[in-house]
Amino acid sequence: MAANPMTQFEVYRIGPEIKIGSFDISFTNASLFMVVSTLAILIIFNLGSKKNSMLPNKIQLLAELSYTFVSKMISDTAGSKAKPYFAFIFSLFMFVLFCNMFGMIPYTFTVTSHIIVTFILAAFIFIGVTIIGFIKHGFGYLKLFVPSGVPVVLLPLIVVIEIISYLSRPISLSVRLFANMMAGHTMMKVFGGFVISLGIVGGWLPLSFSVALTGLEILVAFLQAYVFAILTCIYLNDALNLHH
Amino acid sequence: MIKKYFFQLIFFNLFISREVFAAESGGMPQLNPEFWISQIFWLTLTFGILYVVLSKLILPKISANLELRKSQIQENIEAAEKQRKDSESKLKEYEEIIIKSKSEAKDIFKETREKTIKDINLKREVLEKQIDEEINKAEKEINELKKTAPEKINQIAIETSSEILKNLMGTEINNSSISAIVKDLSKKNGDKFYGN
Repeated sequence: MAANPMTQFEVYRIGPEIKIGSFDISFTNASLFMVVSTLAILIIFNLGSKKNSMLPNKIQLLAELSYTFVSKMISDTAGSKAKPYFAFIFSLFMFVLFCNMFGMIPYTFTVTSHIIVTFILAAFIFIGVTIIGFIKHGFGYLKLFVPSGVPVVLLPLIVVIEIISYLSRPISLSVRLFANMMAGHTMMKVFGGFVISLGIVGGWLPLSFSVALTGLEILVAFLQAYVFAILTCIYLNDALNLHH
Repeated sequence: MIKKYFFQLIFFNLFISREVFAAESGGMPQLNPEFWISQIFWLTLTFGILYVVLSKLILPKISANLELRKSQIQENIEAAEKQRKDSESKLKEYEEIIIKSKSEAKDIFKETREKTIKDINLKREVLEKQIDEEINKAEKEINELKKTAPEKINQIAIETSSEILKNLMGTEINNSSISAIVKDLSKKNGDKFYGN
């Protein structure tokens, strides 16, 4: 029997048990990779912003390209009003991207493959966007649920559907990222297990499959981070520019 | 603990199996709430730190760098544009100067030619006048000579003939008779001798 492909998602304590009241906030492998991702982002971008030369070196170019990439993404989807939220969306995109990418290294832990992490991020975005919407438009923000140009007869139904779709945003946002990461890693683990169980004779096929999947997963890791960030931008756009 | 975990991973759980989690959470460790609070805490902490450091320290720097580069590039483009315009105007100026100097050279050439021609003409006229004068003078002299020549010849003829006669005859002969004869002869044959 090959290894259980879900073992990789196990969270375990590193070091002593830390408790605040009855809450266990011990440092775990998940915490470790959150810290590692955060440090990696901070180190890379700190190096990339340290000195400004007319001809940027590689790391500066990386930092500046990321900056313009996210900045363009925000201005394209949410317009110029979203500028104050640039830093948040940039951090969000980088955090998710680095967590996903660190998960691609063998024997590491993928932070974003845990529903609780993605759900907390999505819930924070959902609550934040809703608060921003109400601050900007007052109760006029509720017009979001009443699309214009809809026949009066259909209106009650549409409003209900809109409210449900709005409330399901954090769930769809978090589950999308979590499920993608979990499915990809599980699949790679399963194929990795096949390599072992089929041995030197038949193991080459799942091995090549595993290699191809690694490429695909790296793409997915980037894409999911991008989707997460761009959906945040779209939600933000709804809150900032009420166009219904 | 870590050592054990890595050991398990390396050997793909072939030799040691771990059966703790599976029974509890139906195979999905994600749904095991044991470390949820811990994950939420650490996520908030790390993401919070990340957000604060990025937004307060790093992103403004990157933004400033980009702005600076953009403005510098803009400046350089403007300077290049200005220099291009300058060089174009200089080229125009240069061409104008060339055209001007060419026409000037032509003018100078023309002027000099005219002047020289005038000079030559003037000198020629003067020379011609001088030549004419000389010729006239010479002609006058010749005419005078022509006028005076027969008389002188007659005189000489008279003197010579009287001398000859004196030597021949040994006596003085009256000059007037000889001159009469010479005059007579010269009147008869004058045209023959002097060709006029």
